[in-house]
Amino acid sequence: MSSLLIDLEAAFSFPVSSVPQVRVRSLDTNLGTTQISVEAEPPLSPQRSATLLKQISSIPKLAAVTPASRLEIRPAPDRASSGTSPLDSLTGGLPRGCLTEICGPDSSGRTSLLLSALAAGTRREEVCTLIDVSDAFHPHSAAAAGVNLERLLWIRCGANTQSSLSRKRRNPTSLEEWERRRVEDPVEQALRAADLLLQSSGFGMVAIDLAGVPLKMARRIPLTTWFRFRRAVENTPTILLVIGQQSCAQSCASLSLQLQKSVLSSRFSVPSEPSPNPQETFGEPCPSHTKLLNGLEIQVEILRSSTERKPVQSTSAFATKTAWTA
Amino acid sequence: MPFACIFVPDFPVEAVLRAAPELRTQSVAVLEGKPPLQKVFATNEQARAIGVESGMTKIQVEPWTELVLRPRSSLQETAAHAALLDCAQSFSPRVEDTAPDTVLLDLSGLESLFGSLPKIACEIGRRTSDLGLEANVATAFNPDTAMFAARGFPGVTVIPEGKEAERLGNLPLDVLFPDLAEPEASKSTANFLETFDLWGVRNLRALCALPEVALSERLGQHGVRLQQLARGLISRTLVPVEPALVFEEAMELDHPLVLLEPLAFLLAHMLDQVCARLAARALAAQELRLQLELDSGFHFVDDLDCHPERGVFEHSEGPMHIAAAASGSSATRSSRATRDSRHFTRTLQLPVPMLDAKVFLKLLQLDLKAHPPGAPILKVHLAAEPAQPRNVQGGLFLPPTPEPEKLELTLARIAGMVGEDKVGSLQLLDSHRPEAFRMQRFSPAEPKGEKEKTNDAPSSAPVTALRMFRPPLRAKVTLHDGKPKHVVCPKRKEIHGQILWMAGPWRSSGDWWEQDGWSRDEWDIAMQSCGADTPVRQSIFARQTSVAGRQSSGKLLALSHQLSAKEQSPVDCQSTSKSSLALYRLVHDLLSGQWFVEGTYD
Repeated sequence: MSSLLIDLEAAFSFPVSSVPQVRVRSLDTNLGTTQISVEAEPPLSPQRSATLLKQISSIPKLAAVTPASRLEIRPAPDRASSGTSPLDSLTGGLPRGCLTEICGPDSSGRTSLLLSALAAGTRREEVCTLIDVSDAFHPHSAAAAGVNLERLLWIRCGANTQSSLSRKRRNPTSLEEWERRRVEDPVEQALRAADLLLQSSGFGMVAIDLAGVPLKMARRIPLTTWFRFRRAVENTPTILLVIGQQSCAQSCASLSLQLQKSVLSSRFSVPSEPSPNPQETFGEPCPSHTKLLNGLEIQVEILRSSTERKPVQSTSAFATKTAWTA
Repeated sequence: MPFACIFVPDFPVEAVLRAAPELRTQSVAVLEGKPPLQKVFATNEQARAIGVESGMTKIQVEPWTELVLRPRSSLQETAAHAALLDCAQSFSPRVEDTAPDTVLLDLSGLESLFGSLPKIACEIGRRTSDLGLEANVATAFNPDTAMFAARGFPGVTVIPEGKEAERLGNLPLDVLFPDLAEPEASKSTANFLETFDLWGVRNLRALCALPEVALSERLGQHGVRLQQLARGLISRTLVPVEPALVFEEAMELDHPLVLLEPLAFLLAHMLDQVCARLAARALAAQELRLQLELDSGFHFVDDLDCHPERGVFEHSEGPMHIAAAASGSSATRSSRATRDSRHFTRTLQLPVPMLDAKVFLKLLQLDLKAHPPGAPILKVHLAAEPAQPRNVQGGLFLPPTPEPEKLELTLARIAGMVGEDKVGSLQLLDSHRPEAFRMQRFSPAEPKGEKEKTNDAPSSAPVTALRMFRPPLRAKVTLHDGKPKHVVCPKRKEIHGQILWMAGPWRSSGDWWEQDGWSRDEWDIAMQSCGADTPVRQSIFARQTSVAGRQSSGKLLALSHQLSAKEQSPVDCQSTSKSSLALYRLVHDLLSGQWFVEGTYD
């Protein structure tokens, strides 16, 4: 049996003026039943105590109190394929209704994974959105990755050319100008757009590309923003995917992946007959026009997974291919 | 065969009140004529109660302070008449356009749909009221009787078959002459009324009681016809009209409107009316056209280097406001110009047919905020292009898609933030020119179901993506034997160093027959990235890399040594912990001879 002390006047606005002597009440919960006992000084008569208990039991808010022992376990989120089988086998897929973060340095395969996830999403006939903070999206790469471009909403953040026309007329030191500059900040635009899209609902995936944003700017995004995003996608089938250089969402991300390109991962090769001698394959003796970029070798590590306490395997490696070798 | 008549008393006043329903409780008079010779053309019941009559001059009625004077608007009367026809068409396909204030409709066969005749009449009255018109509705078994009843009795009137003469008996003789209220009423009508007045015949019952032969001898066949009409004995066929599917609302403003916020109130009311009319015809809007007639003699402020339409209205977070037009700080920094009378038109193409006035209003507000009209507004004209409403059957196993109304609103808001040309889906062009794509409106197709899904299995190797630098970064490249050896990018400090590996060049060119031809060499290069803000995370990777290096084959080991030696070079990077290998696409523009870093493989 557990006991909980409740000040009824403060918690439920229960009028205690009718019983001025009663100051402390106790709520006892016992696995399925809720027992309320009243302590008063001086002790109440049984009839008055019963009346008081009846009144307290009729408080709707009190009836809605659920003992901690009866709280339901939150169901595991549905998983959607990321479009990359090694990543799916490592993480089980991208969790729906959660925030997933993929971070890594340049040329670590973040964008390749993003396009792969977008391709998988559009193959499922979902409507996907890419909020491109640094306007770095390459449409031909997306087409080669299999993204259905008709189902992809591309939002290119940056200065609004229309509103910047009248910039000369403004006093740059005025508050209005500062507000305008804040609005034209690509990161701010991306966050506002993400807010609107998540409130709009109905999207299979909302991806925010922060990979081109300097780290110091990405770190300025308040944690409350990510918390709000997480709450917005909760209980929806939307996958909120964020790629960046380092983890920004911190504990708000349900799944956080760190990518790292292998030190020697850039796979240049001779298209026709690869030489067994590595010096001939990668070194100077082999002319550059006979070499070909075949892809990247990526290593991925699970930094955080809220759904899996202790993953069986936390790292994996896979290779990417290029559009001309696919 | 039952018929119904919808009659709007004081139609010119009702047309004005439809656009301004807040005046419905006040005394209103509609003026006609050119100033200063304006006369009262029509009044409502409250105005007549205080003594205002048609034909009075404006000077005569101005002493009534509680009287609201409005000019007669042909645009509003046209819109009100169209609304009346829409209301009738929503009940019956056989509608006669008898007069601007009168519409007759055939009710035969409608009992099974709407119930008894009193129910139909009440429903017609309710729907007319929804369209902003207070009308009299009457049903009878011949059209003329229904029309006389609607003209004579307020509210809803139902006349059973055979009781026409009895029910119409108390009506005055004026109802037999619909053109009596008009100033150009014929002389014969006046003569008839005068004659009946001399005979002491002042209502239809007295007219019905006259002997038919004697009446024929004195007034001819026209007198007999009038008597038969009063008895309800004449039945005629309707002349049905097929009103065009034109849904337009217009409003003329007494004073030029300079703020967009009050304009939103007007638009909200007009959109409500348009949507009500569309709903009455079971249609939706596919396109909205807003036409604003602007003040012709307005002097506006315009920057020389700005878009012409952005002259007067300043764009701010709050409501649009007009800048100092004739004086003030803005005027001192700007040139002035005078525009002739012009129309400002905005067209909203909707992705799917919609019928939500609130969504329309918000879309128009966002559009006007992005494209302000630039001068005070004198007249507002709103038109909707009708289309069949969208009928979509949802599926339990179909993926969720955004609601079109919400999506359109969200896209409009985002477009107002980042620019219209930066939101949408993209379409690849049939060209090898770099960046050969164009943005287009985002309108995803409805999901087709699982049968259409193909190639759903995840790939074991995703396609390497290229991240673009827009615009491309100009680079200083040191060549060695015609090949790039060292790259320095002034705008990106991390792109600085010696090229470790490269592949290329891949030459391409096109459009040489046009002025904007292009020719370039592409190189795929690998170099160390010395990003100051991208520290390599000391994680399990570092340990694995070292282990892999020791356990790998000779090729990997040899290259590992090669890279390790270069990583520790003080020239390329300050610290090995802050360096990483990055792949870039280097482009040599053969026409200009300049080098660019176009993107990075990621």
